[in-house]
Amino acid sequence: MAESMLKVRDLSMRFGGLLAVNGVSLDVEEREIISVIGPNGAGKTTVFNCISGFYTPTGGNINYKGQEIHALADYKISRLGMVRTFQHVRLFSQMTVIENLLVAQHRHVNTNLLSGLFKTPSYRKKEQKSIDRAVYWLKKVNLLEFANRDAGNLAYGQQRRLEIARCMVTEPGLLMLDEPAAGLNPKETKELDELIVSLKEDYNVSILLIEHDMNLVMGISDRIYVINQGQPLASGTPDEIRANPDVIKAYLGEV
Amino acid sequence: MLETALYFIQQLLNGLTIGSTYALIAIGYTMVYGIIGMINFAHGEIYMIGTYISFIAISGLIPLLGIEYLPLILIITLAVSMFISSTYGWAIERIAYRPVRGGNRLIALISAIGMSIFLQNYVRIAQGSRDIAMPSLIQGGWSFGPPEGFQASLSYMQLFIFIATFITMGGLTLFIARSRMGRACRAVSEDMKMAGLLGINTNRIISLTFVIGAALAAVAGLLLGLYYGVTNPYIGFIAGLKAFTAAVLGGIGSIPGAMLGGLLLGVTESMTSAYFSSEYKDVVSFGLLILILLFRPTGLLGKPEVEKI
Amino acid sequence: MKDKFFPALIAGIVTFVLAFPLLGLSIVADGLTLGLEGADTKTLGYIALASLAVFFFQLWKSNIVAVAKSIPLPKKAYSSPAARSQSQRDKREKLFTLIVVALALVWPFFASRGNVDLATLVLIYVMLGLGLNIVVGLAGLLDLGYVAFYAVGAYSYALLYQYFGLSFWVCLPLAGLFAAIFGFILGFPVLRLRGDYLAIVTLGFGEIIRILLNNWTHLTGGPNGIGSIPKPSLFGLEFGRRAKEEGNVPFHEFFSIDYNSGYKVIFLYLLALLLVLFTIFVIRRLMRMPVGRAWEALREDEIACRSLGLNRTIIKLSAFTIGASFAGFAGAFFSARQGFISPESFTFIESAIILAIVVLGGMGSQLGIILAAVAMTVLPELAREFQEYRMLMFGLMMVLMMIWRPQGLLPMKRRHMELTNG
Repeated sequence: MAESMLKVRDLSMRFGGLLAVNGVSLDVEEREIISVIGPNGAGKTTVFNCISGFYTPTGGNINYKGQEIHALADYKISRLGMVRTFQHVRLFSQMTVIENLLVAQHRHVNTNLLSGLFKTPSYRKKEQKSIDRAVYWLKKVNLLEFANRDAGNLAYGQQRRLEIARCMVTEPGLLMLDEPAAGLNPKETKELDELIVSLKEDYNVSILLIEHDMNLVMGISDRIYVINQGQPLASGTPDEIRANPDVIKAYLGEV
Repeated sequence: MLETALYFIQQLLNGLTIGSTYALIAIGYTMVYGIIGMINFAHGEIYMIGTYISFIAISGLIPLLGIEYLPLILIITLAVSMFISSTYGWAIERIAYRPVRGGNRLIALISAIGMSIFLQNYVRIAQGSRDIAMPSLIQGGWSFGPPEGFQASLSYMQLFIFIATFITMGGLTLFIARSRMGRACRAVSEDMKMAGLLGINTNRIISLTFVIGAALAAVAGLLLGLYYGVTNPYIGFIAGLKAFTAAVLGGIGSIPGAMLGGLLLGVTESMTSAYFSSEYKDVVSFGLLILILLFRPTGLLGKPEVEKI
Repeated sequence: MKDKFFPALIAGIVTFVLAFPLLGLSIVADGLTLGLEGADTKTLGYIALASLAVFFFQLWKSNIVAVAKSIPLPKKAYSSPAARSQSQRDKREKLFTLIVVALALVWPFFASRGNVDLATLVLIYVMLGLGLNIVVGLAGLLDLGYVAFYAVGAYSYALLYQYFGLSFWVCLPLAGLFAAIFGFILGFPVLRLRGDYLAIVTLGFGEIIRILLNNWTHLTGGPNGIGSIPKPSLFGLEFGRRAKEEGNVPFHEFFSIDYNSGYKVIFLYLLALLLVLFTIFVIRRLMRMPVGRAWEALREDEIACRSLGLNRTIIKLSAFTIGASFAGFAGAFFSARQGFISPESFTFIESAIILAIVVLGGMGSQLGIILAAVAMTVLPELAREFQEYRMLMFGLMMVLMMIWRPQGLLPMKRRHMELTNG
């Protein structure tokens, strides 16, 4: 088997006396949708925080496209092409929708100060290019008409979509979504479902998903990892997970 | 050889004297920070007001009331100074901090800076900007060392500072550890929302914190006022900055940390003055502050903070 | 009524306790014997009156608030209709700016010398306010030691002139550069710190710089400062009665007009105006550039920025350094205007005043900062008899602003980047 895109081995994270994550391993291949599920407080978000570099894991390895990244600063990790959303939407709420997308492209238009001060042609060209890319993604997530509105004034579901668009303008290889369907109504969830599948099919992005909505998870995932109390419990295809007695027990408690 | 050692001991004693008063002021910073996470920038001014009230009380007690017995003078002065300074601490929180609590941290800090400037100028206008001097009430001391060479000395004033600081700190520690209010204080600093849900009047506990901090600053005001024998409206700024440094050094939020940090800072300062240069002693303290924040932002005894995402 | 009586009584008593010992008593030292002196009856009366006022205010607070609310407030003076697009607003703004700049250029030729001089001082504060605004208002970093960079700029020119005889025009960019370097050196390690820690560290840094200037006597002259710093020249034309530099010609001789010391004042004013316009231009450009957007994004949500690959240290550092460089320019101009500088001019209070300008002006808003700088500098001059109370009012104003209008008098209207052709 070829090297996985993302390879996590024996990840553990300790906060003082609390072992929040213990021995979690997972793989994500190119163009795959992988879900991480588990009861509340199982340590799913902590796994995300470790992979995206917000926490430095206390044990284990994380490898992205052949590069060890577990000791890398968060912003460097996202520059490699792994970007994430947050459980509680984190937009720049007093900036407009389009500005949110432009900020995300900061490193693509990172021109020097002088060319910006004099508005040189190359600067204008780069700026225009990032605006074009932003417009493209706004169309994709149906937010173009709100481009000039403050991000904080959008409806909740729109904010969720904007957060995904903001990740996509950075042209990632792996998109990490932390409970993207939380708080969405059934119609919005369905749209999200289609969006995620399209990201994989049309843009060759792999997706790592934390989600509680089992319909969504079972419907779109290629494989699923189950975590319980910080420990890996099971992994496999949606059908295998559905039939796994350990998983059922973990969710329903001891019967 | 003996002379060098005595000189060193002398500097150590001086440093511990100053340091113990820094610790008293630092506790005010650390308690407030522990509970509401703000830097009470005006705390140094409370200390300054403490020196003024002490001087006024002493000047009133001796000639007006005719009290001559020194311990009685000191006790009454301390009580008056602690009461009035605490009132200041309480009022400052009610007026300048409570309305902005829960908002952006920088807003509270700017409000505190404004309060600090206000108090400094209030005292300047009320009492004049010139130094006010106080003859030393506690004289004498012990000297040791060879009679012809350098003699190290421990003055009774220094001894008084050590004892007073020790008693105050002991009292505070007991209060925090044993009393109902002390327990509530710890609960609020652990988790304010939860403590509120459990029926603790968090507003009252926050007020109490300011009152205690101000009372300790008043003790420091009396002690340092008598030690230096002089005060002016501007001493609060640098003293506050020093005490804040001490609080950070020990680990902000931690009361034993503030005590340790104060003593360490005092000794560092007196050693710098003695062996390097007294002009640069403030540079060394602030440099120390910067270094600690860079390399050990949790201080010596502080708990690490986990970033919530 | 009854449940309000005790809190009101306590408030009244507290007022008395706060006011009486410090305002009503003062120490009289007669040789070695100490005594107390009560204030005159007028002061005591005021204290009693204040305590009563607080008592009754607390007692009837709800009534007073209700009455105050029933008074109709004038509607906001201007409210731009939502339909007006950014480009239309831009046009009006350009026109407005042009008129103001034209007035500012012409005005000094008709005004008195003293007023022009005062206006120059205002412009220095405008520049400092705008510079600090980058750091505090845009990037959201509280810098309490901004005056240190101002000092670096001022001493750069003074020292470079004293030791190397460099002219103002050479030193101006160098002063900005040195201040920026200081900002970089300080910022690089400390910008990782949390907001309030950063504030205290910058405050400590400001004090360190002042102490160094005070004690490094053989270089800086210590508390005595540095004197006879020359005024800038206009392409080699000097504004003194006689040229000081070899080869320079006095301005009045060159144009064969009578010598008038007013020319110098006007020239300095125009120079300051030029520097301010330059500052405004640069900052406006920066705000619409990626780096400006990144400053604001970082202020809004640092964690989101990191997750998107923005390097927060570099971005904060750029705000800090650029902000510092404007303080450097202002400093160089300040020492040229004063002709004399000493560490006295660079105390913490100066930092607090600049911060107050930014806060009062509405953090982030350029127009607000300009108006605030005017208010902060001109009002104390107008009310000289209140000079004594200036700093008292300052402190009070900072507290009240934070309670009632933390967004400032003229809060920043975000200059939105808008999409015109969807």
